[in-house]
Amino acid sequence: MPPLLQVEDLVTEFRTATGPLRAVDRVSFTVDRGEVLGLVGESGCGKSVTSLSIMRLVPPPGRITAGRILLDGEDLLVKDAEAMRQVRGARIGMVFQEPMTSLNPVFSIGDQIASAALAHSGGGRAAAWERAVEMLHQVQVPAPRERVRDYPHQLSGGLRQRAMLALALISGPRLLIADEPTTALDVTIQAQILDLLRRLQAERGMAVLMITHDLGVVAELCHRVAVIYAGRIVELAPVERIFARPLHPYTRGLLRCLPHPRRFGQPLHSIEGAPPDSRRPSAGCRFAPRCPHAIESCRRDEPALEAREPGHLVACPVTT
Amino acid sequence: MTEAVAVGAARPAIARTRRRRVSFRAVFGITVLLAIGASALLAPRLAPWDPARQMLLKRLRPPAWEARGLREHPLGTDHLGRDILSRILHGGRISLLVGLSAVALAAGLGVTLGLCAGFFGGRTDAIIMRIVDVFLAIPYILLAMGVVFALGPSLLNVILVMGATRWVQFARIVRADVLSIREREFVTGARARGNRSGRLLLRHVLPNALTPIIVVATLELAFMIIYESALSFLGLGVQPPTPTWGWMLSDGRNYIATAWWLATFPGLAIMLTVLAVNLLGDWLRDTLDPRLKI
Repeated sequence: MPPLLQVEDLVTEFRTATGPLRAVDRVSFTVDRGEVLGLVGESGCGKSVTSLSIMRLVPPPGRITAGRILLDGEDLLVKDAEAMRQVRGARIGMVFQEPMTSLNPVFSIGDQIASAALAHSGGGRAAAWERAVEMLHQVQVPAPRERVRDYPHQLSGGLRQRAMLALALISGPRLLIADEPTTALDVTIQAQILDLLRRLQAERGMAVLMITHDLGVVAELCHRVAVIYAGRIVELAPVERIFARPLHPYTRGLLRCLPHPRRFGQPLHSIEGAPPDSRRPSAGCRFAPRCPHAIESCRRDEPALEAREPGHLVACPVTT
Repeated sequence: MTEAVAVGAARPAIARTRRRRVSFRAVFGITVLLAIGASALLAPRLAPWDPARQMLLKRLRPPAWEARGLREHPLGTDHLGRDILSRILHGGRISLLVGLSAVALAAGLGVTLGLCAGFFGGRTDAIIMRIVDVFLAIPYILLAMGVVFALGPSLLNVILVMGATRWVQFARIVRADVLSIREREFVTGARARGNRSGRLLLRHVLPNALTPIIVVATLELAFMIIYESALSFLGLGVQPPTPTWGWMLSDGRNYIATAWWLATFPGLAIMLTVLAVNLLGDWLRDTLDPRLKI
């Protein structure tokens, strides 16, 4: 049986005045049924573009220029617009970062969830409304029968994110793409939402592609992690391995940036330099200019993503 | 459960206090508009005379409170001895009918094209906005004159011409708003749930662009009444014997030195209506502006 989602050599480019910008460069990964894969990287590294590429919702002037995206073995990139429309929502759900702006402000949340339910499985208006209430109950909105009539601006950030989840899950997708769903929330609410996500994921046996820059979220929720830098996956490994034995210098750098009780009082670590300009790709490893371990060949040949151990892939020939 | 009920009961109270900020402008605007609307609707019953009936023996009589005024003609008579009050009441029907239909037409056309231009962008946007530029470049009165000359003046043609020359106001406002709305995350979210473009437009984009549309519509309604008067004044509006405020105004101009009441009363009617609509529009803008909400 093929994996639920298989992304192969995905390339997404944006046309700019100074030439094409490769936001996503030959990215490959798989998400199995019921698995939570974390896609980790700093701002602008191509995480969100990857998720929008899977939905084929890359805004112009962006374009997917190469690769395959297989959902249950079917290539999404060759589907026509109508077939793709039927995939969205029904088979892949999506939640966004900003609970403030991701709900339509002029309709009540019940109205929005019910009409998604109606579009997905038909039935009457009243039945769809019941399903909306039930869904809000499942995402642990208190007093769902009353809240269902509320408008987005009447809800707190956490409740809004729950409503977003209800909206994404009402049609029962097998894969949920969560694009930094906790970034805009404060820490206690973050923990609640992560808890809820983990529970829903387990109950429904749903696969989740978790896009985040927060390694805490990764540790909480993910089974496997792909670390992405300047549009390339540099390391892909089970979550325990990433934290216990990271191999790529960038991953190590990221982990060292985390505050640690043993380093109390010392300044926080940061990785020197800035990510490269994706419009002018240099030869060799993209991280080489910032890498403390870089050797001569790093600046010349781009390292391939290779399995160092079963299930642990890394694109660095130097570190061990 | 009791707690939930209490919350549910508390909420309308908040809404009521917020809505109580109804200003004098709004009350005045709505009252005057309702009065004008009612008198226009009920004109055949309210008007003491047939508005087209000429009584040459009683021509150019001043309003009832003047020395030569007659009690049966409260606002006087015109140069053909027609009752001015009856003509204003009947004229209001035409002015409001023309104004409302022209605004509806302009809004329908402009909102549709503005939505498409803003939402689809690219070539669609370029073509629609160039057409808008052309309409803005030609003085609309000149355009209307040309078209009415060609088609011949009639109630329907006047409405069509007025709607077809003023849709650009709506198109520009709607396009500008849609450009920002389509970038909001809930639109991407709706797309990610598999909504079709048409549904996206009607359910997610249009309702969020409604506030400026309502405001422009009220301002345009005032404008259309003056526009119709201007066309009538030029002899291109609704043709006699159908009374309109604009025509009465232009007719009375010849007698302004000797019989002021011919032009003054229809002028006052226009002024009052436009003022009321503008005040209402102002208030609507302030009330519906999302930045002023909590």
